[in-house]
Amino acid sequence: MTDATLNRTAQTGSAAKSPSIIGVALKEAALTAVIVFLMSLLMVGFQTQAVQGQYLGYVTRYSDVFWAVIIIPAGRFVMALDRQGKTMPAVIVGALAFIYFFIGGALGVLELPIYKSIPLPYEQPMVNVIFGLGALYILGTALKSNLSAGQRRQTLEQREAAEAKSAKIARNISSILGPILVIGAVVLPMTPWGDRQLVDSLILVLTYVMLGWGLNIVVGLAGLLDLGYVAFYAVGAYTYGKLSTELGFSFWESLPLAGIMAASFGICLGFPVLRLRGDYLAIVTLGFGEMIRIVLINWQVFTGGPNGIGQITKITFFGYPFERSAPEGTTTFAQLFGLPFSSAHRVYFLYYVILVLALITNFVTMRLRRLPIGRAWEALREDETACRALGINPTNTKLTAFAMGAMFAGFAGSFFATRQGFISPESFTFIESAVILAIVVLGGMGSQVGVALAAILLIGLPEALRQLELYRMLAFGGSMVLIMLWRPKGLLAHRAPTILLNKHKKTKAAGAA
Amino acid sequence: MEYFLQQLINGLTLGAIYGLIAIGYTMVYGIIGMVNFAHGDVYMIGAFQAMIVLLITSALGMTWVPLQLLLMLVISVILTAAYGWTVERVAYRPLRGSTRLAPLISAIGMSIVLENYVQLLQGPRPKPIEPVIRGGFALTSQASGFVVQLGYLQIVIVLLTIVLMTGFAYMIAKTPLGRAQRACEQDRKMASLLGVNVDLTISQTFIMGAALAAVAGMMVTLYWGVNDFFMGFVAGIKAFTAAVLGGIGSLPGAMLGGVLIGLIEAFWSAYFSAEYKDVAAFSILVLVLIFRPTGLLGRPEVEKV
Repeated sequence: MTDATLNRTAQTGSAAKSPSIIGVALKEAALTAVIVFLMSLLMVGFQTQAVQGQYLGYVTRYSDVFWAVIIIPAGRFVMALDRQGKTMPAVIVGALAFIYFFIGGALGVLELPIYKSIPLPYEQPMVNVIFGLGALYILGTALKSNLSAGQRRQTLEQREAAEAKSAKIARNISSILGPILVIGAVVLPMTPWGDRQLVDSLILVLTYVMLGWGLNIVVGLAGLLDLGYVAFYAVGAYTYGKLSTELGFSFWESLPLAGIMAASFGICLGFPVLRLRGDYLAIVTLGFGEMIRIVLINWQVFTGGPNGIGQITKITFFGYPFERSAPEGTTTFAQLFGLPFSSAHRVYFLYYVILVLALITNFVTMRLRRLPIGRAWEALREDETACRALGINPTNTKLTAFAMGAMFAGFAGSFFATRQGFISPESFTFIESAVILAIVVLGGMGSQVGVALAAILLIGLPEALRQLELYRMLAFGGSMVLIMLWRPKGLLAHRAPTILLNKHKKTKAAGAA
Repeated sequence: MEYFLQQLINGLTLGAIYGLIAIGYTMVYGIIGMVNFAHGDVYMIGAFQAMIVLLITSALGMTWVPLQLLLMLVISVILTAAYGWTVERVAYRPLRGSTRLAPLISAIGMSIVLENYVQLLQGPRPKPIEPVIRGGFALTSQASGFVVQLGYLQIVIVLLTIVLMTGFAYMIAKTPLGRAQRACEQDRKMASLLGVNVDLTISQTFIMGAALAAVAGMMVTLYWGVNDFFMGFVAGIKAFTAAVLGGIGSLPGAMLGGVLIGLIEAFWSAYFSAEYKDVAAFSILVLVLIFRPTGLLGRPEVEKV
C-alpha cells in the first residue's frame, strides 16, 4: 500500500465516525463484489467441454459464481474494518471461516466420507481449503495489526532501523542455519526417516539448490538478470547424453567436459549481449533459452528431436556399476563391498554425488567472492559507471560471471541426465528458468542459505503435496507471489558486500557469508 | 510474387495481433518500468472469455454474426479488464517502490497462477471452435497460378487494429487520462506532487492493456479457432519481443515491432522452415538490441548518476 492510501485511512480512522468506517468498508466490499462477479462470470460460471465428443459446448456452474461473490467481498469487508482500527470482526470472522472452510475442505482432501454431510459451498474440497487459507490470511493480518496498534506509520529512520535489524537477523540465521542444513543433509539418509522416496525427492531439491547457487553467481553477485539459465543446464545434459550414447563416456569422464561445454556456450552467448543492461539482457537471455530449446526439438539427427535421447549410461561408483549382475570382467558395487544387491544403493549414491556437487558450487562461490574478480562482480552489481571509472572491464567481468554460472549449470545438467537416463527438450522449458530465478530471488539475492531454503520451500513442498496434482502448480505460483509480497527482498535478505574497507565492519560482514 | 503477397497479408494479420498485445507490455513498462509477465496470460483469458461468449450466443440461437462479434468484443473486453486490474492490485501494487526484481518474480508467479487457474476451471485440453467468419476475396485469378486469398476475417482484424490504434493514440495525446499517463511515465513522484492520482493512473494503464489484449484474444479465437490454457506464454514472449524490438515504452514502436515480428514469422515459415520461425524472430531481436539497444523507435536511456 502506498503512503497516499495509508494517509487517507489514517485520516478517516482518526475522524472516528462509526458510520463512515462502515461506509468505507461497505464501499470496498461492493467494489470487490463487482470485480469478483466480472472475473468469475464466464470463467467460473461456464465450463467449456466437448459435447458428444464433437462440438464444443458448456455446462453452467452458477452456484460457484454466487458463493464467490458472497464470500470474497465479506472477507474484504472485515479486512477494511480491520484496516480502520476495528480488529475484532476480522479476528472472529477469520477464525470461524478458517475452521469451517479449512477443516471442512481438509476432510474432503483426506477423502473422509463425513465430508459429504458438511454443507460447504464448493464441491471440490481443495477450493474450500483455498478459501480457508484466505481466512487464515485475514486472521493473521488482524492479529498483527492488533499487536502493532497505533504504530502504523513509521518514520524513515524507524523503517531503516527495522530493515537493518532484519538484515542482521538474516545474517545470524544464515550463519546458524547453514551448518545445520549441511550436517542434516549429510546425516539424513542414514537416519530411519531417510527412506528411498524422501531421498529421491531430496535429490531433486538438491539439483535445484545447485542450480540456484550457480545462478546466484550471475544474478545475485554480478547483478545480471538471466532468464535463460536453463539453456546451459540443457547443454550440460545433452553433452553427457551424446558423449555417453555415441562415444561411451562414463559420467565421471564427461562431467568436466559438460561443464566446459556449458561455460563456452555461456561465453559465446554472453559475448554479444552482455553490454545490454537490465531488462534487455533478461529478454535476450530468454530468447537464447527458447532458441536452444527449439533447436533441440528440431535438430532431429543430432538431438533426437522431441523424443530426446534415451538409454544414457547410469552413474557408476567410480567405475563399479550399480547392477544386479555385472558383465564379465567387472565387479558391481554390491560385490565390491560384499553387500546384498539393492536398487536403493544407486539412489543413495546419487544423493551424495549431488550433495557434493552442490557443496562444491557453494564453496567455489564463497571463495570467489573474496577474490578480486568476486569483488568486481559485487561492485558491478552496485554501480556499473563507477566500475568503469575505476578501470574494471565490465564486459570481461560479466563474461566470467556468466561462464561460471553456466559451468555449474552444465554440471547439474550432466547429473540430471545420468539420474534420469533419458532427456528431452520437455525438461528444459522456460518455466524451469523461471523456477530457478524464483529460487534465487525468493531466497534473497546473494544469500547462499536463503537459496537453499527457497529451493526446499518451492521444490520440496510441491513434491510433498504430490497428491494434490492439479493444485500443485497453482500453489507454486501462488507461493511465489505471496513470498514476494511478504518479503520483497527475499527470505534471508542481506546485500552487504562481502568485504568492506573498514576493519571493524569487516568482522561483522564475515558472518554474512 | 503472388506467394509473396499472400505471406504479406498473413504476416500483417499476425502482426496486428502481436502489436495489440505488445502495447500492454510497452505501456506498463513505460509507466512503472516492469515486465508484466502475466500479460500473455491475460490475453489467454481474453481469448477464453471471447470463446465462451461465442458459445453462449450460438447456444441461444443468435445467428446474426455482427451482433455476436460485438457481444464477444464488449463482454470479453470488460471482463478481461477486470483481470488486468486485479492482477495489478494484488500482485504488483504492494511491491511498488521495492527492488526491481520483486515485481518480476511476482509477475512470473501470477502467470503460473493464471495458467493453472484456467486449466483447473476449463480443463487442460485444447478447445476447438467452428469458424464464424468464412470466405474472402480472391485477389488474383486462377490463371496466374497461385490464388491470393484475402479473408474477410483478415480485413476485420487489420481494420479493427487500425481503429483501436488511432483511438488509442488520440487518447494518449489529447485526453486528461493520456496526459496523466505521460506525466507518470516521465516522473511518478513529481506527477503525484502535482495532483495526478498515480495509483489510479497505473490501474487504468493495466485496464487498457488488458482490454487490448482481450481484443487480440478474441481475434485469435476467430482466426485460429483453437484455444488452450498455455497459449498465452508463447504469444506473450513474442509480443514482448515485439515491444522491445520497436523500442519499449513507445506505442508506435510496439505496433511496428508487432507487425515486424508477424512479417518475419510469416516469411520465414513460408520461405525457410516453419519450425525455426521463433528462432528467426529472436535472432532479429538480438541483432536489433546489439546494434540499437533501445529498439527501433525507443528513446535512448540517459543514465543519471
